[in-house]
Parts: sequence; structure tokens; C-alpha cells
Amino acid sequence: MKQTLLSGGLMLVASAAMADTPVLTVYAPDYFTSEWGPGPKIEAAFEETCKCDLQYLAGDLLPRLLLEGGRTKADIVIGLNTDVTKKARETGLFAPHEQDTSALTLPIEWTDEVFLPFNWGHTAFVYDNTKIDSPPTSFEALLNSDEDWKIVLQDPRSSISGLALMLWVKAVYGDEAQAAFAKLAPKVLTVTKGWSESYGMFTDGEADLVLSYTTSPAYHIIAEGDETKSAAIFDEGHYFMTELVGKIADTEEPELASAFMDFVLSETFQEMIPTANWSFPAKLDDSKLPEGFKKLNMPEKALFYSEDQAAALRDEALEEWLTAFSQ
Amino acid sequence: MLTLDNVTLTQGAFSLVANLSVDAGARVAVIGPSGAGKSTLLAGIAGYLRPTSGTLSIEGREVTSLEPGQRPLSILFQDSNLFPHLTVFQNVALGLRPNLRLTDAEVKAVEAALDRVGLAGYGNRKPAALSGGQQSRVALARTLLRERPLLLLDEPFAALGPALKVEMLDLVAQLGDERGTTILMVSHDPDDARHLCDQAILVADGRADAPVATHELLDNPPDVLSAYLGKK
Amino acid sequence: MTGTRISGGLVVLLLIFLTLGTLVAVGLRAEDLSGLGRRDWAAVRFTLWQAALSAAISCLLAIPVARAFSRRQFWGRGVLITVLGAPFILPVIVAVLGLIAVFGRTGLVSQFIGLFGLEPVQIYGWHGIILAHVFFNLPLATRLILQGWLDVPAERFRLAQSLNFLSADMFRHIELPLLFRVVPGAFMVIFLICTTSFAVALALGGGPRATTIELAIYQAFRFDFDLSKAAQLALVQFAVGGGLAIASLWFRGPRGQGAALDRVVSRRDGSVWQDALWILLAAAFLLVPLVMIGVKGLWGVSELPDSIWPAALRSVIVALVSAGLTVALVLPLALLAQSLRKGGAAVEAIGYLSIAASPLVMGTGLFILTFAWIDPILLALPVTVLVNAAMSLPFALRALMPGLTQAEADYGKLALSLQITGWARLRWVILPRVRRPLAFGAALAAALSMGDLGVITLFANPEVQTLPLALYQLMEAYRMDAAFAAALLLLTLSLAIFWLIDRGGRVDVDA
Repeated sequence: MKQTLLSGGLMLVASAAMADTPVLTVYAPDYFTSEWGPGPKIEAAFEETCKCDLQYLAGDLLPRLLLEGGRTKADIVIGLNTDVTKKARETGLFAPHEQDTSALTLPIEWTDEVFLPFNWGHTAFVYDNTKIDSPPTSFEALLNSDEDWKIVLQDPRSSISGLALMLWVKAVYGDEAQAAFAKLAPKVLTVTKGWSESYGMFTDGEADLVLSYTTSPAYHIIAEGDETKSAAIFDEGHYFMTELVGKIADTEEPELASAFMDFVLSETFQEMIPTANWSFPAKLDDSKLPEGFKKLNMPEKALFYSEDQAAALRDEALEEWLTAFSQ
Repeated sequence: MLTLDNVTLTQGAFSLVANLSVDAGARVAVIGPSGAGKSTLLAGIAGYLRPTSGTLSIEGREVTSLEPGQRPLSILFQDSNLFPHLTVFQNVALGLRPNLRLTDAEVKAVEAALDRVGLAGYGNRKPAALSGGQQSRVALARTLLRERPLLLLDEPFAALGPALKVEMLDLVAQLGDERGTTILMVSHDPDDARHLCDQAILVADGRADAPVATHELLDNPPDVLSAYLGKK
Repeated sequence: MTGTRISGGLVVLLLIFLTLGTLVAVGLRAEDLSGLGRRDWAAVRFTLWQAALSAAISCLLAIPVARAFSRRQFWGRGVLITVLGAPFILPVIVAVLGLIAVFGRTGLVSQFIGLFGLEPVQIYGWHGIILAHVFFNLPLATRLILQGWLDVPAERFRLAQSLNFLSADMFRHIELPLLFRVVPGAFMVIFLICTTSFAVALALGGGPRATTIELAIYQAFRFDFDLSKAAQLALVQFAVGGGLAIASLWFRGPRGQGAALDRVVSRRDGSVWQDALWILLAAAFLLVPLVMIGVKGLWGVSELPDSIWPAALRSVIVALVSAGLTVALVLPLALLAQSLRKGGAAVEAIGYLSIAASPLVMGTGLFILTFAWIDPILLALPVTVLVNAAMSLPFALRALMPGLTQAEADYGKLALSLQITGWARLRWVILPRVRRPLAFGAALAAALSMGDLGVITLFANPEVQTLPLALYQLMEAYRMDAAFAAALLLLTLSLAIFWLIDRGGRVDVDA
């Protein structure tokens, strides 16, 4: 306890000493701020130009914003997913991003004026190509396969990739989604809370396929020189996922916050995304991508629901998912 | 010195009425059948059990509502008279200073008490390293230091062998005489009572009677006592 | 006496605030009032059902194991009993990794039976949850039941032998009554622990069928930000857990950790081979997963990032401070419960409340109440320490109460006659008598907070990372080998810290 009080006290002293340097507070998810996420590099690069101190606060973004409301200390919120933008928008806390989104390198058109994408990818089933010779080439093929494949998924109620799968199936099967879930369920080994437990089981050899991203193999190719992991590409298309950044309207550092928003789409920032975030940058020419990314299997078609469509479908889809997986 | 005026002690369904007084400097045995309430009587005098009625006074002062530690008496139990985790010295010193912060003079007093019971040099040992007799001596040394005018003995020497028990009784008698301490001793053994006490209180049939001469009580026991003693 | 009253009373207030106060804070902050749906009640039913089954299996298996330990003396017996206790203090995430390495589709068991052409075993699903719960709680059940055996006076077994009792007679006349006395208490404790299970259900549950209440609370926060539902679920958990905690006071367990476990009753009945088999099976079940963590973890040690060491150090500090705070909370509470003639049982029951509380709700409630006044980052460590201490309190209290009652019964009168009161009484009479259970409680608290995953992410400070969080981040960054190495480090530190503190309570203790 003494220790904590002491370090708390020291922090107060330290922040008083740095009172001249403006502080930009950025809320970000855990993975983002960790040593292995993009956070530290982005912080260093931004601080080189801004003469400011960028401080991250990590944790569940939306619950925290909703609890804090107008009292939030955030200037910038980075790492929001499309599943929460509706609720986030309804708080009225966010200001327009004021960026030109016409040149984004996304597979879909982006017209949102509040939330700005900084990376993207698709959900996909990742497999070990030394163990599976002929991967499924469509959802139909996966669901009707005679192979004894075991799949690990994430729960849509606690994981963004799990939610994306739910919407993916909805986009492909529409009213037949419940039947599709029911066909998928027997092939599923387990449903985990988050992505990392699932992926750990896959790399451990527990599962043959794991619900992950089209960009996941890039990590193995670039960081481990391992080309045995591939994403199965489906003809029906893959659900598009993006992470977003937003600016808090009544920030005490409006200029810094705007500068950060400008920085997001800069080449410096965008070039960090592939190997720190293991996803595609939102605005970067293909030629500037690392070699490993060029080896990735990519789908022809991206499926995506706007936040209003997704919100309208969500409860019904969840009910179908729960029913199918509770059998 | 000690007066119990219509003191009623109740424990569950059992109750005991005591109406008696003990002279200063007397050594009195408490005798009676098993379960008659000998220990209850001592618990009442020591303050562990509050009387439901009547008054209790020691040296003319009423003590009925005082806490055990505030009463002018010391008590030795059947067991657990010493703290096993404390040294002999600390165990004795507790009699002077419960917080064990002793002045130099008090340290000397503790050592003198140990010396008096024949345990000089044993101060640093823990009770477990002592024999049964030595443990009893430590407890006695503590009562010496406390210098309370009344000493209650609730069969503290019951576990000792016959010879050792006599030795301890003699030590108690000696120390008692030196200071004029009044002694009340619960005993199962008529011989102990004869050895140490010239007077005896009979506890039986829910009553504790005034002390009478020990030999008279034991030589001509009432029926209730003779059944217990196993004599005609 | 008044000191005890005041400090004990403050602890009671603090516990009520942490458990019920935070729940009320969350409930009041909720904007819409939503009722509990069909799925929520299914989660409640599943929680109760799996907890009852887990507790029953743990106790049933613990009986032959405890009996074997009670009547066999062999080299290394004491060490084995201690080591077998390890799963109970294991961080959940580490244990799950170890269990998968043994019972997973590619685990040892599946590989072995694969040699005979059999299908791999299926760990995922409700049976996976129960397997994990038995893994965690079999050590506790064994300890509690073994204690019950050792509390039977040796003379009674000698008498039975002199009467030529056979195993069946021994069982009927001595062991059955003993089990009736001990098992209900052990069952209750394990049942309670399993009702608040969160992380196990997450990893091994197999799907939405296996949703526990605590998981439903997490989902209510995460998916819908439905504070009202979260608070209601927490209330249900409370009603169930709190009711049982109070009920368990009626089933007083064995006298607790006080008596020495190294006593063996020499007996001639029963088969040595059968006992050996039970001990071997228990040891294999409990230790092989730990060994697997070791094997897999050593692989990745070279890949551990440097930042793991400060994280480990921070976890150790958090664990030590939590342990200290647990002691500071449990002592006044136990003394108060002990000193009150009436209401002592109620005070003790409040001490057990937090076992039924949701750490998630506790953390959120604290955030709602404090964020407007104090920077959450400054509170990160204090809140972690406080919540950890509160969650460990029931175990420490359960360990301490019997010892305290015993100390009071043995030496209370003597202390009273010598007028030893207040601080001196605590320092010279009580503390030395309860050193062992107190150290055991502190060791438990330290080990449990080592493995805490910090559900209190609202207060998280990215610059003050703890070891379990670093482990999790390694997994999120695809670094599975390093994650296993971090798990090994976490396992080693948890066990070491438990052993050191627990041992500190035993060294130089006089009978």
C-alpha cells in the first residue's frame, strides 16, 4: 500500500513537472497498447512531431466511455469496432474526423464522417495447409463437408470476430442463417470468449480450423518464416472488419487531437499497421505493403452491414446463433 | 477475608448456592463428589462466572462485578497455566506487565521469583523443555510476583506423581506462609487436603458450606461424601 | 476490547460496501430496467448444476485419497500432500493450458489411446468445465477430509483394532460418522467456489450451453452494456452464494488447518495396493498437467520479452500487499466475530459474502463511485489489491476461525486472570497461537492474487502491467510459445510465494 501511495505521489510530482507539455489522452484496447501492439511505435512517431505527451488508457473502450459520459478524459478513442459505433455515436461525445476519405484503400466505400478507419481485414477460417490439402472454398462446402474438421469459434457476445462471423453467416444465408448455424455447430470444438484463446488452441494443434482473419497468416510468414498457415477463401465473400478512431468533441486539446487525426492517415502511421497490427492499412498503396502481405489469399468480395443494418439484425441473429449452438 | 453472601452460581440447569466466609491466611480445601460444582465455585470466586444473585467480597471489598484480572487473587488451572510460545521468563513477567515492557527492577524481581521456586537460569527455556513439576513452579513463580492475597488452586498438580505433588504442596504452603496468602484448593485426593489444608469446604447437593476442620469432615464424612470417598 | 469492536466494525462496513455497495452503485447507474430472460435463467440453472456436480465429484474422489493418506506412511508423504495442493492456487489460465495439454484432442491422453485406435477424448463442453473444477478443488477437498480423519483420536482406531474390526466395521462405526461430519462442509465450500467460476467456463465451455452467471454478467457488460441486467445477475449470484455461505456455517467443517497433517494413524485394515493406486491416480491427475506446463514453457523461455520481469516483480508486489491487506482485514473481523456472544455468526457470514460476489461488478461499482473524483490510473493498484484481498478473505477467515476459537478456549481464561488486554493480548497471546492458519491464509491470498487476471480492466494502467495480463497480451500478439513460458513463470512464482509465506508460519512454532 505504501508502495502504491509512493508511486502515486511520484506520478503527481512528475506530471506537475511536465505541466508545460500538453497531454493527449488516447483510449485504446489492451492489445493495442501492449509492447507487441502498434501503440508504442505510434506514440513515439507522433511525439516526435507534436511536442506533446501521448498517454494511453487501456481497457474496454465503450463501457468506459458510457460510464464516464461527458466527464471522460479521452481526447481520442482508437480501436473502436463497427459493432459499437452506433452506441458510441449516440453518446454525442464524438466530433467529425474532418479527413478526406476518398483515397482510402478499403474494399468498401467509406462515408462515415465521425469514425475514421485506420486498418482493415476480413474474417476467415485459418487452417494448416500441411494438414488440409483441399480447404473449403465456400461456406456451403464447409457446412456440407464430410471431413472430420474441428473448428474453434469466438462468442459473438464477447468477441468482435465472433460477432463478425454471426453477421457473415447472416449476410450469406439471410433467413436460412439458423439452419446454417445448426450445420456448423456439430463441427465446432468449442466457442471461446476471445480470439486469443481460440487461436492458441489452433496453433497448439487442438483445432483444424480457427475463426480468425485473412491477415493472420501474414504474422506467421513475416515473424516466423512459416508459410503453413493459410486462410480459406470463400466464394460467397468475406465479412469486412475495420478498426476506427474518433475524436472527442469537447477535448481540451482540440489542435492536438486534430493533428492526431491527420497523423492517422499519414504514411508514417499507415506503414506501421501491417506488421504491428497484423492487418491491412486503411490508406496505403499496395506497392508499399510488406512482401508477406502480398502472399496472402484474398477474397474477391467483401460483405458488410452498415451499423444500422447490423443493429437491426443483431438480436435476431444472436437468438438464431444461441438456439443453434445450445442444441 | 473472603465472604460469599448467598451467592448463586448457575450453569445451564445446574446451580450452586454458596454462603460462607474464609479467614485471612487460612488454607482451605474444597471437597465434594464429582460434578458437585467445586470448579464452578472457584470460577465464581475468580470472576469467570457471574453470580445470578448474592454478593462476593474479598478483604471487605465487594468484587461481585469485577473482571477476573481486577480481583485481588491469582488462580492456577488444571492445565494451560503457561503460554507454550513464550519463554519461562516471559511467562512469569506477564504477572507484572501484560505488555512485557519491564524496568530493570522488574527484571530483577522476575529473576528473584524464579530463583525462589528453584528455577534460576531457566528463564530462556520454553515450557515444553521443562518437566511437569518445573512447569508448575513457573506458574507459582508468577503468582509470587503478583502478590495477590488470595490464591485459588483448581487441581493444578493433578497430573504430577505423588512425591512431586507433595513437594509442590509443600512449596505452596511455604510461599503462602511467607506472605500470609489465603489459599483455596480444589482437590480429589483427601490426602492432599489433609496435607495442605487445616480447613475444608464441602460442596454437595447444590450447596457450598462454611469451612470446617478438614480432619473432622474427612473422618466423619456425611453420606454424600462418604459414597464418593469410598469409606464407611 | 473497544479497539476490536471498532476495527472489526470498520472491516464489516468495508466488506458490505465492496460487495453490496458496489452492486447497488451499478444497479443505480443503469438507465433502463431490463428483466432477466430465459437465457439468463438457463445460465443460473447451469451454474448451480455444474457447481453441484463438480463439488460432488471432488468430494467423492477425495474420500479414498484422503483415507489412503491418513493410514499410509511413506517417504515423501508430507511433500506430496503439499505439492498436491498446487492446483488450488494455480492461475486459471495456466491450469487450463495444462489441462488441454493432457486432456485435449492432441493431449497426452488422446495420443495414448490413439495408439489403440481410439478417438481422441473430448474435453470441451460441460464435462470440460467439471474436469477443470475437479482439478482445482480435489486438493482442497482432500485436505479438508484428511483433516477430518486426523481429528479422530488415535485411541479410537486402536480400540477398533483391539476389537478386531474389519475394514467394513471400521467404515461403519468410525469413518462413516466422520464423513457425515466433514463432507457436507467441504461440499459447500467447493460448491460456492464453482458457482462464481468465470475463466474456466470461458475456455472449456464449448458453447453457449455452458454459460455461468459470471460469464453472463460479463456478456451483459460487453455486448449490451446492460448494467441493469449485470446488477440483477450479480444479485441472483449473491442470493445463491450468500444463502449457501450462511447455510455452510451450520455445517462446521473440520477444525481447519491448525492440526499437523503429518500424523499417520497406524492401521492394519485395507489394502496397501488399493491405497497406493488412489494416491498414484490423484498425483497423476493433479501433477501431470503442471509438468506439461513446465515442458511447454521451457521451450519458450528464450522468447520471453524483457518486460516480463518488471511485470513479474509487480505481480509479486501486488501479491504481497494483497496478502498483507488480507491479514489486516481478517484479523479484526475474526476477533470481532469471536468476541461477540450474539451476532458473531453474522459477522463471520459477512466475511464469507465476497465468495459470492462478482469481481466484475465490484470493479465496475468502484469505478462508478470513484472516477469523478480520483484518476482511475492512480487507483489501479490499490483497487486490484483491495479486490484481491476481499476475494481471498473467505478462505483466510475459514482457516483462522478454528485456531482463534482454540486459542481463546485454551488461554482466554489465563489471559483474563493476568489482565492481559488490548494490544498486549493480541501480541503475546493470540497472534503466536494463530500464526500457522494466519500465514496459511496470507499465503493463499498471495497466490490467488498472483494469478488474478485483473477483470477490473476499467482501472487498468497500460504502463503498470502484471504478469497474467502480460501473458494474455502475448497470446493476443500470436506469441504462444512466449505465453507458455510466461505461464511457467507465473506457475513457479505462485507456488514459491505460497510455499514461502506458508512456511514462514510454521518455522519455530511451539505446540
